Amino acid sequence: MSDLRELYQEVILDHHKNPRNFRILEGANRTAEGYNPLCGDRITIYLQLQGDVITDISFQGVGCAISKASASMMTTRLKGKTRAEAEALFGKFHRVVTGQRDLAPDGPELGKLEVFAGVSEFPVRVKCASLAWHTLRAALDGGSQTVSTE
Amino acid sequence: MSAAVEILPPDTRDESSRRALAVHRVREDFPILSQKVRGKPLVYLDNAATSQKPQAVIEALQRYYAVENSNVHRGIHLLSEQATQAYEAARARVQRFVNAASTREIIFTRGTTESINLVAASYGRRHLQPGDEVIISWMEHHSNIVPWQMLCEEKGAILRVVPINDDGEFLLQEYEKLLNPRTRLVSVTHVSNALGTINPIGEIIAMAHRWDVPVLVDGAQAAPHLPVDVQALDCDFYAFSGHKLYGPTGIGVLYGKARLLDAMPPYQGGGDMIRSVTFEKTIYNALPYKFEAGTPNVAGAIGLGVAIEYLEQFGLENLAAYEHELLSYATPAISRIPGVRLIGTAREKTSVLSFVLDGVHPHDVGTILDREGIAIRTGHHCAQPVMDRFGVPATARASFAFYNTREEVDALVAGIHKVIEVFS
Ligand SMILES: Cc1ncc(COP(=O)(O)O)c(C=O)c1O
Repeated sequence: MSDLRELYQEVILDHHKNPRNFRILEGANRTAEGYNPLCGDRITIYLQLQGDVITDISFQGVGCAISKASASMMTTRLKGKTRAEAEALFGKFHRVVTGQRDLAPDGPELGKLEVFAGVSEFPVRVKCASLAWHTLRAALDGGSQTVSTE
Repeated sequence: MSAAVEILPPDTRDESSRRALAVHRVREDFPILSQKVRGKPLVYLDNAATSQKPQAVIEALQRYYAVENSNVHRGIHLLSEQATQAYEAARARVQRFVNAASTREIIFTRGTTESINLVAASYGRRHLQPGDEVIISWMEHHSNIVPWQMLCEEKGAILRVVPINDDGEFLLQEYEKLLNPRTRLVSVTHVSNALGTINPIGEIIAMAHRWDVPVLVDGAQAAPHLPVDVQALDCDFYAFSGHKLYGPTGIGVLYGKARLLDAMPPYQGGGDMIRSVTFEKTIYNALPYKFEAGTPNVAGAIGLGVAIEYLEQFGLENLAAYEHELLSYATPAISRIPGVRLIGTAREKTSVLSFVLDGVHPHDVGTILDREGIAIRTGHHCAQPVMDRFGVPATARASFAFYNTREEVDALVAGIHKVIEVFS
């Protein structure tokens, strides 16, 4: 049970049940869709980007607890951050969920996003945790195509 | 090999303990089942994806490569002769297993997918004209959808889809309305992999034949769980996979009526499928070799033959009856759990339970069950139209085989309660 509790921490379950910023963003100037064909998860990220700053961010979609909580916590973390800060966070986040923290231990503090460290014990779930982030990157890059985890 | 259900001591009075005893002995034939995963005894409930292999099959593969390996149909030396004999004996076993009229009607393929593609590429390409129609159903596996889509696109033909009801049952009346003079082929699954529905395949075939339309039956999920008699069904093609039938991967079967196969062009060109080749003209080989280009999966075919031999000692009817009993035990046990909704509640079903759990994504259900040593499938099961029909992105699916037990059903129930506990 202990590694399950590591994966399904209270914070994650809370964000799963009550996702934050779970809405369509009126006035978004960037959107992107993400899709994980393995489990059918679908997510849309809405961004309001002013210059280099994410002034507002929201999401919609269906997915498992991990992907939904990851999207929810990502949106709360990124509001007001710059594009470069978002990229750096994703880099660190990705290393942590894939169990490669030691490759580049520096970089920004994950803070609350540390709860996803437990995902590294569940390799097939890494895509669930990173779907929102991949989709965010697509939105920042301005593409309008659906990104897929496969 | 283990004792069959019917040769147990007749004085064992209690029906369920009699069964339990038989299953206990059957399980010993499957080495993989005795292992622990994640520190828990393996509870393997993903049999619709692929089934486990009895020791007899594993030994047959080992023996083939250790002492028999040789190419077939082309050597005059002893090993080649023996390999050819063993390969053809496997074909004869498959022929008897599905009661085909002749071994000429049994073509070895890579699996169900290749069997269907063979018919689409050979029969379909030859017979479809622009505006013609092919009928499939809403509950098909992607491998019985995509080959027809590709063919229809190429030919300017139209794909018609028979709808299903809320229980996941094939709607015969709607099907009848779709049959018309432009229908060239019907391709329908015998048993749905996502729902477990057993289709009224005899009626489906008879109705198509009134229009002189041939029928391909996708038997991937039926052959392992129901006795199949292709002559009684009067189907024109029947496709199935070895790996779901307790045999090796990479081997499958296409049954086809000789009359149809004879008239069909080859599927692939190469060695073995020809009688003589000059640069001016090639004469194709006779059935079934016309459709078996290249060196076949000899070990796979032999392994499949041994798997069938293994099953036949019990009798498919007895295995089906046991699995049905297990389904009758599992269905109320699972559907009673608060928040569970079964997807696929047809009257006629094989031992497949697809379900969703309120507020929990099937993927999370699968991860938590996996930590309990319970292997199920989660996702769309290569049947996205079925998922759309029931308005779910995915389901969790437990699928049982004759080596599964009531205790394993109990473990699944306990596992689902654990999921609920984690998410409460
Ligand atoms: C109903 C059905 N048809 C076709 C297939 C494809 O079988 P294979 O992947 O062995 O070719 C499957 C297996 O997943 C199936 O369940």
